[in-house]
Amino acid sequence: MDNAKIDRIIDRHAGDASSLIQVLLEIQHENDWLPKEVLEKVSKKLNVPLSRVQHVATFYKSFRVVPEGLHEIHVCNGTGCHVRGAPRLLDKVQDITGVKAGETNSDLKVSLEVVNCLGCCSSGPVMVVDGKYHSKVSPVKAEDVLKNL
Amino acid sequence: MPRISSPAELEERRQNILSKRDNSKPCIAVCGGTGCHALGNRSIIDAFKAEIKKRTLQAKVNIRETGCPGFCEAGPIVVIYPEEICYVQVTPEDASDIISETVVGKKVIDRLVYTDPKTGEKAIHESEIPFYKGQMRLTIGDNGKLDPKSIEDYLAVGGYSALVKVLQTMTPEQVVAEIKKSNLRGRSGAGFPASIKWDAVRVAVGDTKYVICNCHEGDPGAFADRRMMEANPHNILEGMIIGAYAMGANEGYIFVGDEFPLTVENTAIAIKQAEEYGLLGKNILGSGLDLNIKINIDAGGYVCGEMSALMAAIEGRVGEPTVRYDHATERGLWNKPTCVNNLQTWASVPLIVNKGADWYAGIGTASSKGTRVFSLVGTVNNSGLVEVPMGMTLRQVIFDIGGGIREDNNFKAVLVGGPLGAFLPESLLDLPVDFDEISKAGGSLGPSLVVIDEKTCMVDMVKYFLTFLSNESCGKCTPCRDGIRQMLKIVNRINDGGGKEGDIELLEAISEVQRVAALCPLGQTASNPARSAIKHFRDELEVHIKEKRCPSGVCKILATASH
Repeated sequence: MDNAKIDRIIDRHAGDASSLIQVLLEIQHENDWLPKEVLEKVSKKLNVPLSRVQHVATFYKSFRVVPEGLHEIHVCNGTGCHVRGAPRLLDKVQDITGVKAGETNSDLKVSLEVVNCLGCCSSGPVMVVDGKYHSKVSPVKAEDVLKNL
Repeated sequence: MPRISSPAELEERRQNILSKRDNSKPCIAVCGGTGCHALGNRSIIDAFKAEIKKRTLQAKVNIRETGCPGFCEAGPIVVIYPEEICYVQVTPEDASDIISETVVGKKVIDRLVYTDPKTGEKAIHESEIPFYKGQMRLTIGDNGKLDPKSIEDYLAVGGYSALVKVLQTMTPEQVVAEIKKSNLRGRSGAGFPASIKWDAVRVAVGDTKYVICNCHEGDPGAFADRRMMEANPHNILEGMIIGAYAMGANEGYIFVGDEFPLTVENTAIAIKQAEEYGLLGKNILGSGLDLNIKINIDAGGYVCGEMSALMAAIEGRVGEPTVRYDHATERGLWNKPTCVNNLQTWASVPLIVNKGADWYAGIGTASSKGTRVFSLVGTVNNSGLVEVPMGMTLRQVIFDIGGGIREDNNFKAVLVGGPLGAFLPESLLDLPVDFDEISKAGGSLGPSLVVIDEKTCMVDMVKYFLTFLSNESCGKCTPCRDGIRQMLKIVNRINDGGGKEGDIELLEAISEVQRVAALCPLGQTASNPARSAIKHFRDELEVHIKEKRCPSGVCKILATASH
């Protein structure tokens, strides 16, 4: 965790309660997740009760209050991908990695998330591994993509 | 660069940009939309750049990463100007051939042009491809011609001319009157007349007024709004500036999802450029109008598309809808007069101003005017971003533009309106794209058309949407929170082979309570997919319950049991 960077983000918005969501997003882009100490710091500097900070951090889907694995796998299960075979792909990915959707394995190596729609429905089913998009991923192709993790 | 201080100066700048451009100079336009990005457009651009460098053609050939022209299914798409030769499914390995044969040799490469799978006919230009033929691309037509990150490109295709016209020749009242005459209805799906909101905010009293662009679009399977924002952000800004002028608004927000990084990036760049040019900020083009626009990023909540939840999210709170006793047009964001319009509504504004309300009202049906942009997805051959005139039938959209169903399967249903919409069967395919007609059929004219074929199971689809909505319900009111959960429980039971007599009736009863008693439109319409599935595909549900069989072979337990 880069404390200086996080402090800079918070300081830019100090005292501005309305920027709470934007601040948390910025911090998460920097740090991948939101540790409790960070939430406390945000609460103090933005002058928002900690309970409200925690409410926001757990209400919105993008926020993570537990650490992420080293590798992030996002399997799209938007409607377009769903009817083009996303459920079979998800089964396969869970099989290969041994991680269930929404979870991270115990050695913090792999996190698996199901996302709603990445907006590239024509390429479905779509899977994003560490930020790289993979399109038209059949279960067989998934094995190939994930073999180096 | 100094800010532009008058409309005349902006026109001068435009002429200056145009005079520097040589339209006969070859330009390689690679689609930079999210769809083609997922298919690896970056490596194609790199391959072109390397090839151009290798042949030292840097001064003779331009390369441009454009907005999404729409035909995602055939991506990555590359168009070679000035001949406008359209190549589909291009790979980095094709770069060398395209440069040597087409850019330099002026010859068309046969293997890379679109071939109609039905007739085998080749189409060299965009306009000859069946996918584009039936469309009326009024608001997305420029996407493929410009780099979304370049304000100069937008000015070169006539951008901000509607703003110039408004500032030079129209009063705010006249702008609102023009929008009223055009009969522009809000593109969020419900179709509320835009001019009523505009007029209410215009006459509302307040030092601060807000214009908000709702580009939230959390529906799975819908990408029309974000793709338009990402492809031509200045068009939206122009619409919002015109709206701010008409309503006397001085602050604006663009509300966009965190999961669309390219949309956020392009919008941020566009706002910065518009500020530098004097199109945003203080005294816009010397007119006395002040307007600041900021991006507000949604942190992931489908319910934030609802207006009161959206405003709560911008205020930094959780996106829970509230009961509204006041209209947002009087007491909206921070209790100030606020106009929230969908992105596609704002996108239509420059067009209406430029071409006139009469012209605009001449397109479409009696009650729905203009065009509608859809993301056409699912098991359809040509999926992508399509813009059609109101009044076109769903059949024409799916079969003429969409090219029918993949792998020659049979059509089963089209979901109009996303997770809060309705499945419409074959017998309703002759319905026109029209707010009122679709609403009568139980759906809403949202930004997506999801086509499903015979291999898709309706129980699975209903389960899919109830699961989605149960995760996305904000949990504030009981009919939505618990109603959806109970419905999901019943559908899960049917899906697992434990369906009982009376389950369908129970689903209907819960959905009826929800429709009447839920707090916000999400809860009130959450059961739409289930209701429409029951209405049009009741037999299929009954087979699951009575015969413990899944006719499409999708439901895992039932499918195994039937073998």
